[in-house]
Amino acid sequence: MRRIISATVLNESGVLNRLTGLLTKRQFNIENITVGHTEDPAVSKVTLTVWVEDDRKAEQLVKQLHKQINILKVRDLTNMALVSRELALIKVLTTPDTRSEIKMLIEPFRATVLDVSLENVTLEVTGDSEKIDALIELLRPYGIKEISRTGVTAIPRGTQKKVLELHPYSIM
Amino acid sequence: MKASWVAEKNSVETSLVSGAELFIQGLQNEEVDVLFGYPGGAVLPIYDALYKAEMKHVLTRHEQGAIHAAQGYARVTGKPGVVLATSGPGATNLVTGIADAMIDSIPLVIFTGQVATNVIGTDAFQEADIVGITMPITKHNYQVQRAEDLPRIMKEAFHIANTGRKGPVLIDIPKDVAVKTTEVKEHPGIHLPGYQPTLKPNILQVKRLNEALLQAKKPVLLTGAGVLAAKAEKELAAFAEYHQIPVAQTLLGLGGFAAEHPLCLGMAGMHGTYAANMALYDCDLLIGVGARFDDRLTGNLDHFAKKAMIAHIDIDPAEIGKNVPTEIPIVGCAKETLSALNQIAADKGDYSDWVIQLSQFKSEYPLTYKTNESELKPQKLMQILHEVTQGGAIVATDVGQHQMWAAQYYRFSDPNRWITSGGLGTMGFGFPAAIGAKVGRPELPVIAVVGDGGFQMTLQELGVLQDWGLPVIVVIVNNKSLGMVRQWQEIFYEKRFSHSLLDIQPDFVKLASAYGIDGKLATTEEEVREALTAALASKKPFVLDCVVSADENVYPMIAPGKGLHEMIGVRG
Repeated sequence: MRRIISATVLNESGVLNRLTGLLTKRQFNIENITVGHTEDPAVSKVTLTVWVEDDRKAEQLVKQLHKQINILKVRDLTNMALVSRELALIKVLTTPDTRSEIKMLIEPFRATVLDVSLENVTLEVTGDSEKIDALIELLRPYGIKEISRTGVTAIPRGTQKKVLELHPYSIM
Repeated sequence: MKASWVAEKNSVETSLVSGAELFIQGLQNEEVDVLFGYPGGAVLPIYDALYKAEMKHVLTRHEQGAIHAAQGYARVTGKPGVVLATSGPGATNLVTGIADAMIDSIPLVIFTGQVATNVIGTDAFQEADIVGITMPITKHNYQVQRAEDLPRIMKEAFHIANTGRKGPVLIDIPKDVAVKTTEVKEHPGIHLPGYQPTLKPNILQVKRLNEALLQAKKPVLLTGAGVLAAKAEKELAAFAEYHQIPVAQTLLGLGGFAAEHPLCLGMAGMHGTYAANMALYDCDLLIGVGARFDDRLTGNLDHFAKKAMIAHIDIDPAEIGKNVPTEIPIVGCAKETLSALNQIAADKGDYSDWVIQLSQFKSEYPLTYKTNESELKPQKLMQILHEVTQGGAIVATDVGQHQMWAAQYYRFSDPNRWITSGGLGTMGFGFPAAIGAKVGRPELPVIAVVGDGGFQMTLQELGVLQDWGLPVIVVIVNNKSLGMVRQWQEIFYEKRFSHSLLDIQPDFVKLASAYGIDGKLATTEEEVREALTAALASKKPFVLDCVVSADENVYPMIAPGKGLHEMIGVRG
């Protein structure tokens, strides 16, 4: 199953190395990872998407991350109400015929054109991963030259459902 | 020497001290009484400061010896062992010991030299990225960028190493950081917002366990090294006695509960006793205390404690539920948790049938071996060791058959007498660990029980015995083979003894003599008894080469993939 884990970490050298090293050691497969500053310059936030076999593995992952001295807080956001976003830059081949067609196509996705040349256009799209997948599939017939995706970053919503049907962790 | 140094320091810059001097001050603040180490280029400034400060430093003959000695020291004193080595090869030679300390939760603070900050990353002479290398095998590690950070980092390192689930912490000090001078500041105190180990258990979970005890008919305690690390032996004994719960122990937990106690079932696991393993197999409530349900203990998890409700007390939340699904998780220090349980104990269940059944297992299926007049049996050797030392010695072992025999037959009654490499299974561990133990507890007899294979991995430390006149007794359990490898090849590989027979051996007695140490070859029980008695009385280092039956195997045994109830060789 896919889990979205958020970790706040001290902004020190080697902390990302420590985090990814731990995942390698414990045989977790990172699908994507984003890192950035938070409101506190001494603290960074890491958002990870990983595939795990079951809840027990997910629990292990959270606990092992939490054990690291310079990781402050770890949350499994998977079962929480959250907003998650990913950004993608897509370079699509164009001809004079297809250029306006593509522009029509991307409109519902609220993608914007960042760069135009004679042979291609570069688009920017933001959204959850499924939306980006959908746009990519739509553009594929025109010929995609290059894609660069940032990976997911996420934050829990301000209001969470009162009754949580979460599988409770044995501790924490 | 010391006076002149103080004078010199005062005359130059009264308020400025070097990184190396801060290092010495840091050690003094932590009341470190000994370091184990080996000098080299990058740590020359630090060794110079050590020289001036007259710190006690044990110079081993290899960095691996230093770190295992520090482990032995930590294991018997409960204080962090302190190691010092140079950059590059000095640091990488520590890696095995660091991994060993990590997996067995032994508190160490390791200092390594590093090339100067301006050449880090240029593949300079004796440069190795030891912080990167040891990241997965330390509890935490640091590289000191500025001399003024050193006091805080040292304070944090000692705190991290010896609290919570203990473990090794490494501090890498570039050469220029040790040389640079800085103003001495007030101690900044430690700042570790991401490190707050839980010591006090959740009282609701403690109550749940107490209630589960009332429902249970067949409870069993499984106690590990966590009991020793928390110094919770008395609380454990009170808890087990009050409720009359039988106690099985892990390899590293031996000594946490007296072997002679009627409730003690002995060691469980791959080479555990019939009673301990059957208790774990058949119980209806399993209470793990400071034990991590390692695969050598549980055997095949599909057959492990299947009828039982599992309660797990551990200071490390990540251990709970890692290998075995746990109904009653209790995160907390073993001492605090057992005290809490003892405080709320009122009603108790009646487990007398269960205790009687297990006592019968103990008397019907004791640990046993076939005796043979013409040969010295290694099991008998351990019994003689116990007899001559009256069970009071510190015993350090390597890894393999002799380790299992020592665990089975040297019945530990006191805590912190047993030093062995459990998780990592490091050959060459025992002898240097015994040296560290003797440095830490000079008043107790210390025996290094080693195999002829493992001893040859770190025997250069005989130089330390001679140097310090340390009365460590080295008992070589000599079967001219890598016994455990040979045993597995015999049982699982149709006796194809691939590279496990050591026919070519040095004369260990002559080797000891080359170091100026007395030694003796023993082939009979009587020779062993005599030599050991004399060695203990002499208060001098001694090497006893004991020729034991070459084809003896360790039993009982659980084959890989089998459950705890599928022991072979129960009847010897």
